[in-house]
Amino acid sequence: MGGLLASTLVYGLVSSATLLLTALGFSLTFGLSGVANFAHGGLYLLSGFTAWLLMTHLHLPFLAAAAATVVLVGLVGALVYRVVVMPVRGIHLAEVISTFAVGVAIIELFRWLGFTTYDYVLPVLVEDGIDVLGVTVDWQRLIIVAVALVLTLALWAFTHWTKIGLALRGMSQDEYTALSVGIESDWAAMLSLALGAGLSAVAAMVLFPLGIISINSGYDALLVALAVTVLGGLESTAGMIIGSLVLGFAVTLTGNYVGPRWGEVVYLGAIVVVLAVRPSGLLGKSKELEERV
Amino acid sequence: MSRAPTGFRRERIDRGIKVRSDDIFALASLRDLSYLILPRALPVAALLLFPIVGRGISPYWQTVVLSTLVIALLALSWDLLASAGLVSLGQAFFFGLGGYTAGFLNSGLGLSPFLSIPLATLLGAALSTLLLFPLLRLRGIYFGMITFALPLLCMRVVETTGLLGGTEGLSGLTPLPSRTVELYVITLAVLVTAFVFRRLSTSDWGLVYQAIRDNDRAVVAAGFDIQRRKAQVVFLAALPAAFAGAFVTHRYQFVGMPAFALDYSTMPLTAAVIGGPGSFLGALVGAFLLVPLSELMREFGSLRVVVYSAMLLGFTIGLPEGLFRFAARKYGQFERLAPIEEPSHGK
Repeated sequence: MGGLLASTLVYGLVSSATLLLTALGFSLTFGLSGVANFAHGGLYLLSGFTAWLLMTHLHLPFLAAAAATVVLVGLVGALVYRVVVMPVRGIHLAEVISTFAVGVAIIELFRWLGFTTYDYVLPVLVEDGIDVLGVTVDWQRLIIVAVALVLTLALWAFTHWTKIGLALRGMSQDEYTALSVGIESDWAAMLSLALGAGLSAVAAMVLFPLGIISINSGYDALLVALAVTVLGGLESTAGMIIGSLVLGFAVTLTGNYVGPRWGEVVYLGAIVVVLAVRPSGLLGKSKELEERV
Repeated sequence: MSRAPTGFRRERIDRGIKVRSDDIFALASLRDLSYLILPRALPVAALLLFPIVGRGISPYWQTVVLSTLVIALLALSWDLLASAGLVSLGQAFFFGLGGYTAGFLNSGLGLSPFLSIPLATLLGAALSTLLLFPLLRLRGIYFGMITFALPLLCMRVVETTGLLGGTEGLSGLTPLPSRTVELYVITLAVLVTAFVFRRLSTSDWGLVYQAIRDNDRAVVAAGFDIQRRKAQVVFLAALPAAFAGAFVTHRYQFVGMPAFALDYSTMPLTAAVIGGPGSFLGALVGAFLLVPLSELMREFGSLRVVVYSAMLLGFTIGLPEGLFRFAARKYGQFERLAPIEEPSHGK
């Protein structure tokens, strides 16, 4: 087995899972309520620091802190909807601008508060690693893959089989019709934003232990979320998986064979090309008419 | 705003002086004339005199005014795009392309700033239009998303390929002769842009692109080629932004990756939102509030970014019409309580 090929396979999968996890919250919110939550990156960063603060100052064990963070950030998401999005609901660009402002404000607030050193780390769940296909992978990365898979499946089940999930999807398909059968639009949208925020917190809990919690990861998370969501299609779970696989392997391949920095050019380039050719994404259908003329 | 007392409603009516001066009677009194002329002439005069009078003020505030005018140009450009329904989250894209073009013309071909700035304005705008052309079919937030990613993409491309100086950038470019010249060049650019854009937006041509914003399919149905129209708007809007880029390049004698920085996207956006989109003058008002404020807070580091994000948020939600429209309304109209007449049921 060629070392480089095996490592491309394994790390390609890991990085696809990373991308999928980062994008899940953004994509869910956008797919369900049509709110492009540009505060996604800010919430992601907020989750990292919240967990760190809970662990350092309240001395909670990591798992408890992580659970508390997911709930807290979920609530923050709901709050963002109530305070920021609801007054401008329906004006898509105002939604984008105001959530973008929230995201930037959160990120820059942490920068100002001095959360910029190398002290901010979350612990990995399991130390060590194992050999997969002759490539050493640490457990944390495998956990990422597992969490990404489980969450994606759970969300798919949630939006297809539960009453609330179906209500949310009904909302995304036709708001007025949904309203007429008794699905309250504001309530559903708030829920979708809270869920999205909670998911971004989950992503933060498993992704940050791999490195330090750095301020700019907030902006990066937003970019990744945009790239994957746009590439895969907005409301399609399969599209999201394919999108993150395509990007994950493209980034790993270029990283391994061309040069580490080219990875970022690849995923930004991918957004531009895909948006230009197929704005609904590779598998998206339901919003085709709204996107372009 | 407090609620009107029971039995009354608030009513907004034009001030007498506005009614009089809207008409030819404005010529009858100096007061009416100045009511019309002062709010237009004073800011222009202040801008034109500042380079001379401002010499007495500390050089620091001169640079603040310079950066204000640069952001004002970018905000004007944002406003034109927005009035065609193309909301850009990445003004830095135009800015950076203009800046790099000027940098290349100056360091690569050795052109003087007086040639390279106009050329870079044209070439940079043409280049951005060319690059954006395939993306112009996108509407609404999809256009916003892509413009958000574009400057970051450009930054990474420059960083990775090492083109045009890579991470080092291009330095040692020719500066403009003096601070006064710098101030005049940018002041004139702002005034001309604002005037031309305002005129354009009320012309027939401007009506078409406002129609594109309001209902693009209807415009298509009316037989217009909206891709071509949008490309024209992008080119026009890119002109002042590319000019700003080229100007800043020569001013700092340097162009590098910071030209694509997020600041050049968020500041004009915030300025335009604070002042109120759609009027162009609002963008100027916004820039003149935002940039000096952000300079005053420079010592607080990135807290100022938080503050202007909060302002962006506050104005988007609380005063979507923006300060300019708000002030213009107060200038021309007043409010009074009017009694609500009870409907007489069938008498």
